[in-house]
Amino acid sequence: MNWLFRYANPHEFMRLSGAILPFMVIATALAFAVGLYLGFSVPPDYQQGTTVTLMFIHVPADVVAEMAYGVMAVCSLFSLVWRHPLSDTAARAAAPLGAIFTALGIVTGALWGKPMWGTYWAWDPRLTSFLLLLFLYFGYMALWNAIEDETRAARAAAILALVGVVNIPIIKFSVDWWNTLHQGESIVSGKIAPVYLAPLLIMMLAYVLLFFTLWMVRIRTAILERRATALMQRGAP
Amino acid sequence: MNFDMSPYGAYIWPAYGISALLLGGFTLWSWIRWRQAKAKLARLETKK
Repeated sequence: MNWLFRYANPHEFMRLSGAILPFMVIATALAFAVGLYLGFSVPPDYQQGTTVTLMFIHVPADVVAEMAYGVMAVCSLFSLVWRHPLSDTAARAAAPLGAIFTALGIVTGALWGKPMWGTYWAWDPRLTSFLLLLFLYFGYMALWNAIEDETRAARAAAILALVGVVNIPIIKFSVDWWNTLHQGESIVSGKIAPVYLAPLLIMMLAYVLLFFTLWMVRIRTAILERRATALMQRGAP
Repeated sequence: MNFDMSPYGAYIWPAYGISALLLGGFTLWSWIRWRQAKAKLARLETKK
């Protein structure tokens, strides 16, 4: 675990992330360019028609929304167990990103649902558990802002993040555990046609890269802001 | 590439538009905040 703490040191993090970031930006832009090009080159699906192109932005948003929660929960665990200050910053930086990807998953899903299911929304287990994920992100951010003492805020938010982890397997397996309107898993089971799989995987990569790029930028910003605050407090009479 | 999304263009283009707006907007906002934080710290360090 020592090697991890060495790189989780704010100074080392700034040095390492500064070197990685330009490559992350280029890789993200490239993945989006290739993914969108392939996504708009697929033939219409025999059942879904052209709405199949919505899958290339809906599924990646859903995957990253859940992944971001996982990132937030792992950082929260590190914060609670090892009291590492960068863990709090990292967890907090992931929350608004996760909320945006969750909101995008819900909106793009609704815009697919209307022409395919005949409704924008249904209180279906998958949709409802996904909405709960959005509320968990909102709750996490609200908790950070509601408690003035940063140490107490970090601890309370970390506990909420860890409790909320239970929702992740519920989202994932809701389509297997209950009889839902939402279709089942089709990537790992190989049910998706290869012509749609390639753009989907590349768009998933683009979304994952975008998440980690923005996450890094937000952690760097928080570290700079903290340094500025420390300097101002030192200079205050 | 095929941009003819008929008959579902009214659902597909808003979905792509909202995604571009939210992700692009958040990227821009994060970058502006990072630049501001960097400039503020530089200003404080030169004052010191």
